[in-house]
Amino acid sequence: MSDAPEQNIHIDPYERTWIRISIGFLIFFIIMIVVAGLALGIQVPTDEGRVNPNTLDAELPWSEPGLREIVPGEEYEVYIVASRFSFNPREITVPKGAKVTFWATSSDVQHGFALEGTNVNMMVIPGQVSKLSATFDEPGEYNYICHEYCGLGHAAMFGTVTVES
Amino acid sequence: MIEDRVTQPTRELTRSEKRFVGIHVIFAVAALSIGIQYGPMQALEHAGLDLYPKMSFLASSYYQGLTLHGVLNALIWTTFFITGFLTLVVIKGLERPLRYPWLNRIGFWMMVVGLFTAAIPILGNQATVLYTFYPPMEASALFYIGLVLVVVGSWIEGYGMYFTFYAWRKENPGTRSPFVALAAVITMVMWQIATIGIASEILAIILPSVFGWTSGTDPQLSRTLFWFTGHPLVYFWVLPAYLSWYAMLPKQVGGKMFSDSLARLVFWLFLILSTPLGFHHQFADPGVPAGWKFIHALLTLGVSFPSLLTLFTVVASLEYGGRKRGGKGLFGWIRALPWSNPSVVWQLLAGLLFVFGGIGGIINASYNVNLALHNTSWVPGHFHLTVASAATMSFVGISFWLVPYLTGKPLWRPKLAAAAAWIYFGGMVIFSNAMHVIGLLGAPRRTPLGTAPYVPGEWAGHLWRIGFGGTIMWIGLMIFIVVVAVTALQRKRLPEDQLVEVPIAESIRDPQMTPEWLDRWRPWLIAAVVLILLSYGPQLYEQITQIQLTSPGFTP
Repeated sequence: MSDAPEQNIHIDPYERTWIRISIGFLIFFIIMIVVAGLALGIQVPTDEGRVNPNTLDAELPWSEPGLREIVPGEEYEVYIVASRFSFNPREITVPKGAKVTFWATSSDVQHGFALEGTNVNMMVIPGQVSKLSATFDEPGEYNYICHEYCGLGHAAMFGTVTVES
Repeated sequence: MIEDRVTQPTRELTRSEKRFVGIHVIFAVAALSIGIQYGPMQALEHAGLDLYPKMSFLASSYYQGLTLHGVLNALIWTTFFITGFLTLVVIKGLERPLRYPWLNRIGFWMMVVGLFTAAIPILGNQATVLYTFYPPMEASALFYIGLVLVVVGSWIEGYGMYFTFYAWRKENPGTRSPFVALAAVITMVMWQIATIGIASEILAIILPSVFGWTSGTDPQLSRTLFWFTGHPLVYFWVLPAYLSWYAMLPKQVGGKMFSDSLARLVFWLFLILSTPLGFHHQFADPGVPAGWKFIHALLTLGVSFPSLLTLFTVVASLEYGGRKRGGKGLFGWIRALPWSNPSVVWQLLAGLLFVFGGIGGIINASYNVNLALHNTSWVPGHFHLTVASAATMSFVGISFWLVPYLTGKPLWRPKLAAAAAWIYFGGMVIFSNAMHVIGLLGAPRRTPLGTAPYVPGEWAGHLWRIGFGGTIMWIGLMIFIVVVAVTALQRKRLPEDQLVEVPIAESIRDPQMTPEWLDRWRPWLIAAVVLILLSYGPQLYEQITQIQLTSPGFTP
């Protein structure tokens, strides 16, 4: 009796195909992310605890920034304090093949830390501790660059890792 | 398929309604016309030609110029244009006046007061904090108060639209709401939900610290609250463009809307998925656990699904129109589209650039892949394809019918206006490609690369392309500004029988055939809130209960 039109969502057959393709792509991307994370070990920074940015001078390890040798020739740690407008330390030298873990925090505003040619790319935030690692298989100079605007001197803020053969 | 339905007699906007929408457009275009002056100055600085010392009356530093560029273009031009355009869409779509016009007026004038309040410190170099204003970098209190007034003003304009939509519902029980009006109101509701983050960041953390009531800010929590709003902000820019592509552009090319149901579904999906994914801007943050970042990465890939649907539906609507115009063969319908219509060509090119913006967006969202590009110049390269292409080019296209509609005057030099689309498009292709490339090479964003000591000589070619492309883009938008200004100011009027219409396309199928669940608010609103609680609740609870106000403010 009712002449009300039939209600349904009506998806065109071509559109149905496109929806399947889209969902397929998205699932494929998710699988690739998981593979990169688990099989290749490419991890993003995670929660590493907190620190008081006003008392870094009085608190180890931040009161003594710099390189620590864990396993000579193989494994190193470096503690870096970012302040306007420089990194402390500014220069680090490690041997070829070294795995270096970068720990960083800020004594003032937000900074960034991106190491050329590696997957080390993290924010450096006052009150927080950032950590990522890289292995240097090629000798050369690698700049670490502040990539967050931190004030008028921001463009000059960088440091260098020298990898010796 | 029902081909030709009886269309209702249409109600045009009254003089005062037109004036109200028009004043939004005036403020929007005025902001854009100042904001874009800094674009080529930044781009040319990269290319080695630093104009800032020579033009110190415009800005005292690269960063003050960048702050003006970001705030005026990305926040003011967009917000004023969007609220004005959506007001028109609600009135015209529902064929009824605003329920409480005074409410919308209060909202609008609050935005204007906010704009001037924030402009004073920015122009006085007291708020050179860029448009992300990450604490503990600190600006004058007026800057934050101004931003809050703009946001709250836009909320109030949204409330005016909700009441109008509700009144229409009461008057028209059982009828499907017109798609354009529904889409406009969904956009404003999404904006309302999403901006709670930025409002709490400013009101609860930043202002108390600026006023000296607290010992400082918690920068990590501030970032989390900022990005609660920061990504949905992109959808606030893009959804009005989608509205136009779905329901207006098809009419302008002589076609119809391909699917009323799917268009609604897409907007509902944006309502529920726009907000619970902000951690994908914080993949490189230390204070957010990696597991939560991964969950937000999945949700971000989820929100690309409605955009992929949009790609199909919009192209299908355009093909329908192109074939009706006599286009034949696999690609003939593309040539048959009215490319000489300035409003159409700006929007077609906007959509084309957004394909690349979308692909880049999926790359950005891909968790560990993000480390290759986070905070590099890839990122501004990307968002110039979204806010400066998809949104801005669509708003330019819309203006080319909107200004003649509001003023009753003919568009001045339509051929020039259409040519400007290609100029801007060409500049954008050159500029954004070079930005993406040097980003992958490691160039940081927000940095005067012309003076940075670590920039290697090999980047010179890309930096030159950035300067060249940025300047071309500026020419394209300057033509737009001149065309709409002359159009509005000229004496010539359109004859009564040639008045411009608001282009609203019919859908191929009767909207009454759309299922009722695609026209009901409650389930979607509940889903939106639940999804936010699940994706943000635990981290917000943890970060708020462990708040440490240990970062005193620093002036830039």
